[in-house]
Amino acid sequence: MALIIEGFQRAFSLLVHLDPELLGIIYLSIKVSGLALCIAAVSGIPLGAVIGLRRFFGKGLVVSILNTFMGLPPVVVGLFLYLILSRSGPLGFMGLLYSPTAMIMAQTILALPIIIALSLAAVTSVDETVKQSAQALGASSGQISILVINEARYSIMAAVIAAFGRVIAEVGAVLIVGGNIAGLTRVMTTTIALETDKGDFELALALGIVLLAISLIANAGLHLIQKKGVRS
Amino acid sequence: MNRNLTVKIKDISKSYGGVKVLKECSYAFEKGRMHALIGPNGSGKSTLLRICGLIEMSDKGQITYHEHNHAIEHTIELKRRISMVFSKDGLFNTTVFKNASYGLKVRGAGFRDRHERVKEILKTVGLWEKRRQSAKTLSAGEGQRLAIARSLVIDPEIIFLDEPTASLDPANTALIENIITKLIRDAHKTVIMATHNMFQAQRLSDRIIFMHEGELYDEGLTGDFFERPKNDIAYQFLSGKLIY
Repeated sequence: MALIIEGFQRAFSLLVHLDPELLGIIYLSIKVSGLALCIAAVSGIPLGAVIGLRRFFGKGLVVSILNTFMGLPPVVVGLFLYLILSRSGPLGFMGLLYSPTAMIMAQTILALPIIIALSLAAVTSVDETVKQSAQALGASSGQISILVINEARYSIMAAVIAAFGRVIAEVGAVLIVGGNIAGLTRVMTTTIALETDKGDFELALALGIVLLAISLIANAGLHLIQKKGVRS
Repeated sequence: MNRNLTVKIKDISKSYGGVKVLKECSYAFEKGRMHALIGPNGSGKSTLLRICGLIEMSDKGQITYHEHNHAIEHTIELKRRISMVFSKDGLFNTTVFKNASYGLKVRGAGFRDRHERVKEILKTVGLWEKRRQSAKTLSAGEGQRLAIARSLVIDPEIIFLDEPTASLDPANTALIENIITKLIRDAHKTVIMATHNMFQAQRLSDRIIFMHEGELYDEGLTGDFFERPKNDIAYQFLSGKLIY
């Protein structure tokens, strides 16, 4: 018990004194997950909308695959990306392994199916009369698509937040392709894993508190967005 | 604006999941007239209306839009000369003003033009004071008034109304009928309205088209149809004996 209490005391001390190592790790975590999320959102939202709004052969299969990929195990993503980026892999010549770029790639792969599948579900759930009204008012198919994405905006925002929650908290993929190099690829989750292994809990606990706070803020944001969506 | 657009259907058929809901329907709608498609629930009125309004495709048959006896292709330009109001208001999750101006916006109208036209129409339907409110906060009657205003703001030559008062109370029904009379009928627009309310059809329309089990059973001037229905099924419907 004394160990836990002492660990928390030291963790709070690190947080209060804005420890540079702690801040560096938090900054890198937010940068990697934030960039991965931006890339996944920019490509995933339009893709989800297109799949949701178009009728094509094999759509059911595509949706099933996307839903399956929402639960991709991070270590499996890490493993495949490692094989691709390693020196003998097809993209080995780019020298990206053990770099923040590789970590962004891994988290983008994890976030993308979530954003596509949930955006797809969001645009599909928009009332058919809304789409038909836009059609009856003379909107082109592109204008109808923009309108539908706008109608589904609260659900799409919730999809992005859900994806952020997944990538900021994952450890397997970034550990494999990032390598947990101090000052270069060490993020909150990989540091927690490492420090716990070493039996050095103060930094792990401090980062755990920050990670929990970020998750709490993301979930509070999600709750607010959903409330606004229901109210409006 | 030219008001020479007319619409004609020939042998229109439509099935859903193997069930035939329209059976070789043919009709030439008259320019500047208000037509009421009446019939019991499931007679195919709404489906026919959506096909005529180019919202849905038929399985067989032809729908032809004419101007000065020339057939017009079903392009976006043609679609922008017609409009449709549904039984559900289908309002967008934005303000009353933005809902009303959507049709003008997709046509590329500038803000000043949109503002003038929307102001005029929203004042007429009594919603100008609520222009900044979210459309989702409107009552059912206000929502349907906005849906009608939204489709009239683009000044369509032909307007399709699909059960426009189906979910409204008598007071709101009277209000909507008043708007339809003032803004659509008196403006001599061509109107095709589906309704199961025969009294509404009698009050508003010039011509009646009676549908039953996906077929056009009877048609004629409103007065003639209600006084002397030409066949037994139509007579049964008018006397309230045709219930599904």
